[in-house]
Amino acid sequence: MRPSSPQADAPIAELASASPPGLLTLFLAFAKMSLAGFGGVLVWARRAIVEQHGWMTPEEFNETFALCHFLPGPNIVNLSVVFGARFRGVPGAIAAFAGLLGPPVVIVTILAILYARFGDIEALRRTLAGVSCAAVGLLFAVIFRMMLPLLKKREPVSLALLIAVFVAVGVMRWPLPTVLLVSIPVSIGLTMLMRRRAAA
Amino acid sequence: MNDATPGSLVTLAWSFGLMSLFAVGGANSAIPEIHRLAVDVNHWMSDKQFADVFAISQLSPGPNVLIVTLIGYQVAGILGAMVATLAMCGPTAVFAYFVSQLLARSGHAQWPGIVQAALVPLSIGLMSASGLVLLFASDTTWTAFLVTGSAAVLAFATRLNPLWLLVAGGLLGFAGVL
Repeated sequence: MRPSSPQADAPIAELASASPPGLLTLFLAFAKMSLAGFGGVLVWARRAIVEQHGWMTPEEFNETFALCHFLPGPNIVNLSVVFGARFRGVPGAIAAFAGLLGPPVVIVTILAILYARFGDIEALRRTLAGVSCAAVGLLFAVIFRMMLPLLKKREPVSLALLIAVFVAVGVMRWPLPTVLLVSIPVSIGLTMLMRRRAAA
Repeated sequence: MNDATPGSLVTLAWSFGLMSLFAVGGANSAIPEIHRLAVDVNHWMSDKQFADVFAISQLSPGPNVLIVTLIGYQVAGILGAMVATLAMCGPTAVFAYFVSQLLARSGHAQWPGIVQAALVPLSIGLMSASGLVLLFASDTTWTAFLVTGSAAVLAFATRLNPLWLLVAGGLLGFAGVL
């Protein structure tokens, strides 16, 4: 909720302290953080971009990530494109995108080949089933962590929307595009209404 | 399986490309839709296989979205893996590029904040649906529920590296506890 602030702000890119990375550096940096990132790349992305290379301040990183989180699709992929483009335009975006996805895709494809060949072995099936159970638990922990602020704020409208989407997609198994084409306009409308009321 | 027919590649590209544009909140929010397409609509894999590829995607390095790479391989081999990955990541990457250019020009407009706040409850709702769908796909016994519950509590309450919890789950499964 920022009031209309002056447009004269300096371009954010000029605030970064380190010299802008080249294409190869972008590719390698994103390949490295991607390969380090088991179960999520974000932590490593922040470490590399903010702490290690000083390409962004923590505030700039948070702002960029917030933008990438509200855009559809894999957040970290969006982040690589926005980040790469900021320093090196379209070639930079492609370099960061390729670095982030190229190496892990090779690894995952090899795993897919192995799974297709050995997936029927009983011991492997049992092991993967165990991993899967634990992974679902991890997902629930993430969900609960994200839900806490909403529960604390006690916003009945947000909670009602959350439950409605959960039931529509998880229980009724309705198609995602249909559910979102209805729920996004409703949610935006209600958010604007609540902000107007809070401001009044 | 593994026949890279033009038809199956087009289906992969179209399904994942369209879905990615609706994947508000990232890969974990898209799980129910990926499951619906792969298991219920196109019958590319069974519930059990879906739980397996989810486990593999969590175990491997890189973004979690690479579960679609595994599904693409299952449907149409290496070509399928590439098509599924690019379809899932390409369109939204282009979209992200244009929106970030637009925002850089529009300065501190109010609408990004409003859209963002409006999407938060929706994306948590979608992630909860992911949890439910995966729970039904992978947890078939009471001990399995117990493992999921313990992993959730440990991941929430401690700062343990998640990889150890995955390894522990795998060992329990290997030992035949589940």
